[in-house]
Amino acid sequence: MTDHLLSLMTFFPLVGMLIVLFLPREADRLIKTVTLIVTIIVFLISLPLAFDDVFLTSSAMHYTEFVNWISIGQYFQMNYNVGIDGISLWLVLLTTFIMPIAILSTWNAVDKNTKGFMALALLLETGMLGAFIALDLFLFYVFWELMLVPMYFMIGIWGGKNRIYAAVKFFLFTAVGSLLMLVAIIYVYYFSMKAGVPFENGFSIAHFAQLDIPANLQMWLFAAFAFSFAIKVPMFPFHTWLPDAHTEAPTAGSVILAAILLKMGTYGFIRFAIPLFPVATMKFTPLLATLAVIGIIYGALVAMMQDDVKKLVAYSSVSHLGFVMLGIFAMNLQGLAGGMLQMINHGISTGALFLIVGFLYERRHTRLIADFGGLSKVMPVFAVIFMIMTFSSVGLPGTNGFVGEFLILVGAFEGGLRVYTVFATTGVILAAVYMLWMFQRVMMGKVTNPKNENLKDLSAREMVIMLPLLLFVFWIGFYPNTFLSKMNPTLENLVEQVKGKQQIAMMAEDMEQSVTKIAVNDLR
Amino acid sequence: MNDLVQNALLNVNIAAILPSLILVCFGMGLLLINVFLPRGTTRHAVWISLIGLAVTGFFVYTGWGNPQYGFNDAVAMDNFAAFFSITFLVCAALTILMSDDYLRREGYPVSEYYPLILFATAGAMWMASGTDMMTIFLGLEVMSISLYVLAGFFRGQVKSNEAGLKYFLLGAFSTGFLLYGMALIYGVSGSTRLTEIGVYLKTHASLLDNPMTLAGLVLLSTGFLFKIAAAPFHMWAPDVYEGAPTPITAFMSAGPKAAAFAAFLRVMEYCFFTLKPEWTAMLWVLAVLTMVVGNVIAIRQTNIKRMLAYSSIAHAGYVLVGMVAANEIGYSGILFYMLAYTFMNIGAFAVLVLAGKKGEDNLTLEGLSGFGFKKPFLGVAMTIFLFSLMGLPPTAGFAGKFYIFAGAIKAGYIWLAVIGVLNSAISLYYYLRVMVYMYFRDPEEDYAWVAMPGAVVVTIIIAIAGVFYLGIMPGEVMELAKQAVF
Repeated sequence: MTDHLLSLMTFFPLVGMLIVLFLPREADRLIKTVTLIVTIIVFLISLPLAFDDVFLTSSAMHYTEFVNWISIGQYFQMNYNVGIDGISLWLVLLTTFIMPIAILSTWNAVDKNTKGFMALALLLETGMLGAFIALDLFLFYVFWELMLVPMYFMIGIWGGKNRIYAAVKFFLFTAVGSLLMLVAIIYVYYFSMKAGVPFENGFSIAHFAQLDIPANLQMWLFAAFAFSFAIKVPMFPFHTWLPDAHTEAPTAGSVILAAILLKMGTYGFIRFAIPLFPVATMKFTPLLATLAVIGIIYGALVAMMQDDVKKLVAYSSVSHLGFVMLGIFAMNLQGLAGGMLQMINHGISTGALFLIVGFLYERRHTRLIADFGGLSKVMPVFAVIFMIMTFSSVGLPGTNGFVGEFLILVGAFEGGLRVYTVFATTGVILAAVYMLWMFQRVMMGKVTNPKNENLKDLSAREMVIMLPLLLFVFWIGFYPNTFLSKMNPTLENLVEQVKGKQQIAMMAEDMEQSVTKIAVNDLR
Repeated sequence: MNDLVQNALLNVNIAAILPSLILVCFGMGLLLINVFLPRGTTRHAVWISLIGLAVTGFFVYTGWGNPQYGFNDAVAMDNFAAFFSITFLVCAALTILMSDDYLRREGYPVSEYYPLILFATAGAMWMASGTDMMTIFLGLEVMSISLYVLAGFFRGQVKSNEAGLKYFLLGAFSTGFLLYGMALIYGVSGSTRLTEIGVYLKTHASLLDNPMTLAGLVLLSTGFLFKIAAAPFHMWAPDVYEGAPTPITAFMSAGPKAAAFAAFLRVMEYCFFTLKPEWTAMLWVLAVLTMVVGNVIAIRQTNIKRMLAYSSIAHAGYVLVGMVAANEIGYSGILFYMLAYTFMNIGAFAVLVLAGKKGEDNLTLEGLSGFGFKKPFLGVAMTIFLFSLMGLPPTAGFAGKFYIFAGAIKAGYIWLAVIGVLNSAISLYYYLRVMVYMYFRDPEEDYAWVAMPGAVVVTIIIAIAGVFYLGIMPGEVMELAKQAVF
């Protein structure tokens, strides 16, 4: 059982998809129930991972599976090579945790072609889980592309007014990035073959990470990977697909997109781009940190100016993901741990905010801030939950957002990114401005619009959706160690590896320079 | 004289042509049977052709790994020819399966249609197995003449007439180029046998920069590139593909194209291996041009058949990348890709066969509005084929592109691979647009689509199976493709 836990978890949604496809088209409620049950089962399958103490001490991959998948003579070998460590652990759990919540949120929101929607959602879950556990670059690429298709249809079929534009833009942006990554993947593969990596290892990242790739080559390869991941994150200036996709997607789509798909980009940096090309990482750090800071401030400023709640939350994602990137490129334990934690935080709080926007939209069929006002009097329970999530997004002490942002800023400050940290800190203030201002306009004051007077408070189903998210807001806020302690060994190991290689490269560069100097002196 | 005859007789090796011989016999037999049956009966022809293709396939299959040479080395039924032959046979079988109901709907239930496909397939097999210029030429003509007739098969339809005539005129023109190239090469080397030409050019290095050799090389390539529909020799393709009966368009875009690639590859590898740097440089430019022209013009198309015609040009460009790579993986990538392309493209056309109304005026993007919800099975099938044409995993199209670009990267053509993937990115746009209309738009007029005849549905299911088999488990077929290249 535990031998194949990851495969079971990853492919169970696919089985669920087949079941859903054979259900009668009209049985709307049945389809939704079956899908919900499938996603809950997947969550239960993944739950033992959370209680496994092996992650407390070991930085290695666990639950690994290795099966030869495609092998073609002496050309290629692609392996089904999966495993989980401190980096992917919480992201996998976040995925399995968010999925039932997202499905539950569709109960009343999705009413046409339910079957198609649920089948795509389950396919998407397989894609996402597969991408998080893949240890073979080829396998990762397959899952990475597999995620595109369901999300494309989700936005395009069930989305809002501008859905076609948003769906096509989402697909094109992401696919263009990944195609260049494919070239880089093949190139690294041939490089590893030349370097004598045994053929049977295929596209295994563990072996790719041990390669000694020349610095200038690393720059190109890193650029190809980083381009692909930066689009997905999304980093400024590749973020333009995100507001469109988020705004047009149905609520469940936005939640999945924000909570999990965006993490693919940052995860890609931590898992692939940085360990594979440490020297290039060092050289690209100023550029990427600058873009991250621009993203933080730009996202916040644009969010402030939005009159649509959903767009506001979408732009706040740009800002939050900028923090994550800054933490990652600090390249020390605090920064990375903060980045990782903030990835989970963002999944919880932004996912929750999208759900909240969805609740509002279901009631009023509008998302304009101006149409609301004074809702706290009409919907007291809703108001409390909305407030907590707002605080969590802002990063108030006691909530999860605070821990993540604090660690990131400390990490970045100590990791030699001081100037960036100073600018990034303004992002925290701006976040408070746009979130609280929005909250004030929507929830506080008098009820100005008569249509808002008789809105129903949260239903039992909606409470069930929000309560688990609330739990984690405070759990991470008050006792983040549960999560940090299991990612630390892996992150420590990563920092050590990357720093070590960077130092060797720097020493080599110094040597070269001094040799040139000596040579020049000799000439004189 | 006596010696010559004796020599020729000694070199007869029926095994080398047995599969294609069987196929031709089936075609001839079918023609004869047709004479005795009333007009309009076609079912028997479908079955007989399918049986013929299956028997041929069986003999090709049993000959795997046991190459047969004959007729003074004019024919070689080696693994290379066998692999391509299987591709042609699959292509022909799928085409025939989807044709019958289509011909009935369009009002041409004529059984001569089927022998023509069999002859075209036999011609394609001779092209793939030809190791002599004359064999290749013979195969090319047999294939092309059958196709000229098939393209203009709907003699009452102006578009089909135009397609047939255009294809014939331009095809004849290009054949002239090809023949002239062969003549020049014969003039240089004194032989029509591919291996002998290669050896002669190698031992007489001074001939390599002889204008006559180079002119011969260029003219030969022109002839093949025309059949492949590579830019700038692609002008005929959109009109012919749009006008020809849909199953024939499907057939032409896969089988004969693969045949031209087979012959092209063999000629280049056998005769001109000494000139490799020159012709790879030439093909580099043409590959880029073909990909760009095909993909960029496809964006502007609203007629789906025409769009797929341009996409087919673009795919020829990807395959040319494999030829530029000119290494084992690039070549076996070509073999794999043509088989993969056969499944996905024929599948897409099979869906169009069912989506079209009589006269096929509705095969435009607008005409497919809401199609995916009206016909869920066809919608999903089309989606799968389009994703495969885009080259998304886990489909055959992805595996094929992967190997071809991997070949290019291994040979050091990194920029070519980058241009290739960027072109794939362009292609995403117009393939996605079909899905946008199929799924994201509501139908404009509410009419019932044609019924779903079993044979076409079977075609589509086979094609889907092929796309996923080659996409998820490409290992075995790729291994065979590897054994098939020289």
